[in-house]
Amino acid sequence: MKVAVLIKQTPDTAELPKVSPEEVRSGDVKATMVINPWDEYAAEEAIQLGDRFGASSVAISLGKEGETDALKHALAMGVNSALLVDVEAAREGDVWAVATALAAAVQHEGDVDVVLTGKMSVDGNSGAVYTGVACKLGWNLLVNVTKIVDIADGVVTAERSFEGGQETVTMPLPVVISVAKEINDPRYPSFMGIRKASRAKIPVLTAQELGLESIPRAVRWENLRKPEARHTEVQIIEGETVEEQAAKLVDALLAEKVI
Amino acid sequence: MSVLVWIEQIDGQAVHSSWEVLGKGRELADSLGSPLVALVVGHGVEAVAEEARGYGPDTVLLADDPALERFRLQPYAAALQEAIRRADASVILASATTNGRTLTGLVACQNQAGLAPDAVDLRIEEGKLVAVRSVYSGNILSDIYFDTDQQFASVRPRSFPAPEAGEAQGAIQPLPVPVDEGQVPEKILEVKPADTSEISLTDARIIVSGGRGVAKDPELGFKLVSELADVLGAAVGASRAAVDAGYIPYKHQVGQTGKTVKPDLYIAAGISGAIQHLAGMGQSKVIVAINKDPDAPIFERANYGIVGDLFQVLPALTKEFKKRLGKEEKE
Ligand SMILES: Cc1cc2nc3c(=O)[nH]c(=O)nc-3n(C[C@H](O)[C@H](O)[C@H](O)COP(=O)(O)OP(=O)(O)OC[C@H]3O[C@@H](n4cnc5c(N)ncnc54)[C@H](O)[C@@H]3O)c2cc1C
Ligand SMILES: Nc1ncnc2c1ncn2[C@@H]1O[C@H](COP(=O)(O)O)[C@@H](O)[C@H]1O
Repeated sequence: MKVAVLIKQTPDTAELPKVSPEEVRSGDVKATMVINPWDEYAAEEAIQLGDRFGASSVAISLGKEGETDALKHALAMGVNSALLVDVEAAREGDVWAVATALAAAVQHEGDVDVVLTGKMSVDGNSGAVYTGVACKLGWNLLVNVTKIVDIADGVVTAERSFEGGQETVTMPLPVVISVAKEINDPRYPSFMGIRKASRAKIPVLTAQELGLESIPRAVRWENLRKPEARHTEVQIIEGETVEEQAAKLVDALLAEKVI
Repeated sequence: MSVLVWIEQIDGQAVHSSWEVLGKGRELADSLGSPLVALVVGHGVEAVAEEARGYGPDTVLLADDPALERFRLQPYAAALQEAIRRADASVILASATTNGRTLTGLVACQNQAGLAPDAVDLRIEEGKLVAVRSVYSGNILSDIYFDTDQQFASVRPRSFPAPEAGEAQGAIQPLPVPVDEGQVPEKILEVKPADTSEISLTDARIIVSGGRGVAKDPELGFKLVSELADVLGAAVGASRAAVDAGYIPYKHQVGQTGKTVKPDLYIAAGISGAIQHLAGMGQSKVIVAINKDPDAPIFERANYGIVGDLFQVLPALTKEFKKRLGKEEKE
């Protein structure tokens, strides 16, 4: 069995507020780049499927040349191999273009039974790329999976969660699975793992090799901007006693008509 | 041409945020001069279709089949495809719940049409949908323009006001969707329904959240948070530090790697206001911070603050609200 895990390299969450619309527009974001936090859960699950079912794992990331830190993090955690996909036509924020390139990479890798992904990227925030990958591959899709119960006889049994609760379901392979945070506790890379990963040479798959020099696109992003700054001047509620403070705060909130 | 809105139902109950989308759909349909169509999919869910009539659609399509009883992606996608054909829909909307996002995503992809996931605003320009998306975790906004004839969007809950239910309009039309159970790849073995007495964070008008500030007695701390929430009819939230420490389950986490919420009132008790927490609640209308450290960053985002010990402030607030909201007799 072979598992592919989709890993995106995204800005450190602490630096997201500093990202400017110009950087997003040009695609040249200056922030420190790390593995998308949600994708650590997918990488961990890929490693655990390796342990449980003897599966081999490959981490795949769509990004620009040299953007391999997130992949190296996955390798350092214990994912078996990594692949960088550099497709310029998939860079402009169209989720279907991103999905097309990633699906092509999965196909190029060959023999993959399960694709694992994170729940969402902290920059794109679309929670749609995995749906697109399943659609482009023509595979089944399981979203927000909290537990992979078993994989046997070409069928995965999994628990997934949604607003209505939890369901245990079965789905035939091949399947794309987006994982939820409840699925595991991602390990920290070991010292040995980091050393090994830092020396790894990560192959790059190009648009030409995938036959994706151009990808039709469905949407355009326009008018990128910062949200209007919130001009809040905090009003600190003082008082002789907490009771007095509480009374004043309740007055203020009733006047705001938010209760 | 029409505007089509999927009304999600879970166990025969409409998902509340679907009405927000249907209400906005009315506005979009009017500016396009085209009909508004609601789609209800399930089994034995006429009541949901009937309820939908109160929110202004011209037609309600009802796809009813035993195989459609619970949400499964493939048959629901087939139902949505059938509804798009029947309604000749060009704008296709759903609430951005887990299922709403996935369903709009898959059908948009199948139809090679544009998708705006988790949109926070919608408008019509030159006969087409324009969606506003919040990306980079709330730090960048972008308008999404569509190059395709079909335009799909899922809409973040609480982006639009819930419409008032009015007089029932539009006819309910059955929408036959041939589903062959044998062809459905997914089988549901077991269902554990969510606790319906709990108010959902994403739909909540008021949220009371606790953080690591409860550390000296976490059990009591979250009891005090819940008591205030109960008086206010609020949902209970938490910071990641509180979740990681095991004080409260993950489903209550607000922030970057938790839920994004937008209540009218957010009360943060013992939460410092880290960037990753603000990413999830910074859009709240009024923010109240209770923190013993006057320099906590949360005060930079808050409208009101009390510098003090949450173990004293929360009970005092609960008591005061009980008094003012006439709930004291229940004590
Ligand atoms: C990738 C990533 C994702 C993250 N995602 C999230 C997320 O989704 N949500 C999230 O919340 N965080 C998230 N974080 C963590 C975030 O950076 C903070 O660590 C976390 O929000 C801190 O939680 P806290 O405010 O409860 O704890 P602290 O920062 O420890 O703050 C506790 C506060 O309580 C106050 N306090 C202490 N005792 C009392 C008392 N008795 N009465 C009143 N006040 C008191 C203190 O003054 C302090 O301000 C994420 C971090 C990373 C790196
Ligand atoms: N450029 C990318 N490279 C690899 N995986 C990606 C990429 N973009 C998105 N993904 C995967 O898709 C998931 C959802 O991302 P998104 O749809 O952008 O929120 C992420 O958690 C990743 O697993």
